[in-house]
Amino acid sequence: MKHIVTLLSLVLGASVSAAHAHGVWIAPSSTVLSAPQFVTFDAASSSVPFMIDHRPLVIDALSIIAPDGSKVTPVNVMKGELRTVFDAKLEQQGTYRLELLRSGFRASWKDAENKPKRFMGTAEALAKEVPTDAKDLQVTETDSRMENYVTVGKPSALKTTGKGLELVAATHPNDLVTGEPVELTFLVDGKPTEGVEVAIIRSQSRYRNSTDEKTYKTDRNGKLKVTLPDAGMYWLDADFKDNKVTNKVAKERSLAYVITLEVLPQ
Amino acid sequence: MRKWVPALSPGWVPALVAGVFTYQANAGEISVKVTLPQINTSEYHRPYVAIWVEKPDQSVQQNLSVWYSQKKTDKGEQSDKWLKDLRQWWRKSGRDQSLPMDGVTGATRAVGEHALTFVEGKEPLASLPAGQYNIAVESAREKGGREIVRVPFTWPVKKAETAKATGQSELGDIVVNLKP
Repeated sequence: MKHIVTLLSLVLGASVSAAHAHGVWIAPSSTVLSAPQFVTFDAASSSVPFMIDHRPLVIDALSIIAPDGSKVTPVNVMKGELRTVFDAKLEQQGTYRLELLRSGFRASWKDAENKPKRFMGTAEALAKEVPTDAKDLQVTETDSRMENYVTVGKPSALKTTGKGLELVAATHPNDLVTGEPVELTFLVDGKPTEGVEVAIIRSQSRYRNSTDEKTYKTDRNGKLKVTLPDAGMYWLDADFKDNKVTNKVAKERSLAYVITLEVLPQ
Repeated sequence: MRKWVPALSPGWVPALVAGVFTYQANAGEISVKVTLPQINTSEYHRPYVAIWVEKPDQSVQQNLSVWYSQKKTDKGEQSDKWLKDLRQWWRKSGRDQSLPMDGVTGATRAVGEHALTFVEGKEPLASLPAGQYNIAVESAREKGGREIVRVPFTWPVKKAETAKATGQSELGDIVVNLKP
């Protein structure tokens, strides 16, 4: 919780649009498999993606969807002090999708003594927590999607839902290799959208002097092109704001999308 | 060739046999000699190896030979679990195949020289359209490394010739002999 508060203060203090999703990640032990088997996952929120140094991720809302659309139940779930671990048995040929969808509201205001107050939670809780005389009240509806993809055998075609912020990659997420440029299209409620802010960070940042974060913005067709020169696990975070709220208590909607991409050497 | 063989009716067989004989009279031939080097290590496992005809855009024209263990591991897992470590071959072709592949897949092989001959019109070489190609040889070894070596050639072969490339770590000499 402390972490969320820290991040929130960042949101309030600066125009860091990506901040609320920063450092939240799920990392698979493998993404490209030639036979059915178990895969294990780490999930956490941390200072830098893939660094196990802060809090475990709550995975209550996690779904693992098999190539035939059925759901796989995660097993050996362990919520540690620093990270959550779970395994999944991948028995079918094709692409499995892990998704963790989270939505809610965050609010900031000043109380009667001009002290800053913050809230994160459901619309119902928000109505209870925020006093009617709150000053400078700002309410944002949040909607985030985290994804991981793992393929056994041949990658299968992926579908989007048409809700919130989503990614369509011209190269399948389990088909990425060094040096081949990838075209990414970001959709908001199913439509390619300009101005989506994207940040990409490669894993193992402990062993270098900077996170080497790369930032991008989608063009008028909702597209951007990236080249990932080094093999490794990459964290991609995309953020977008608009005013298409589902609940009028909020004026603004803040969308986030996070995916883990593994890039293999050629 | 692959396409019309299953459709054969008995009456066609003599014509087919005659056809194959005349075809073979001027069928090109590719011989590949693959050397698996001696590697000094406390725990040596025979490598998985894939050999294929590669187009200039690095797509696979034709798989020639794939050596991997088809036994189950002591944990009861299928050994094709490790085929993905032949990562170029796996991405470009392996994952699209139904394994094992007739006339292509086989058991892993020992250290030393292995000579393979592929004749035009005969599986697995089948027909090869005229053009520039590579013979690609990829090797991946458990608790070891992975390497890919390419030997370029032009098809059809006009006169007999030999081309060679040498691996640095997981593969030794790859010698390709071409006969018109």
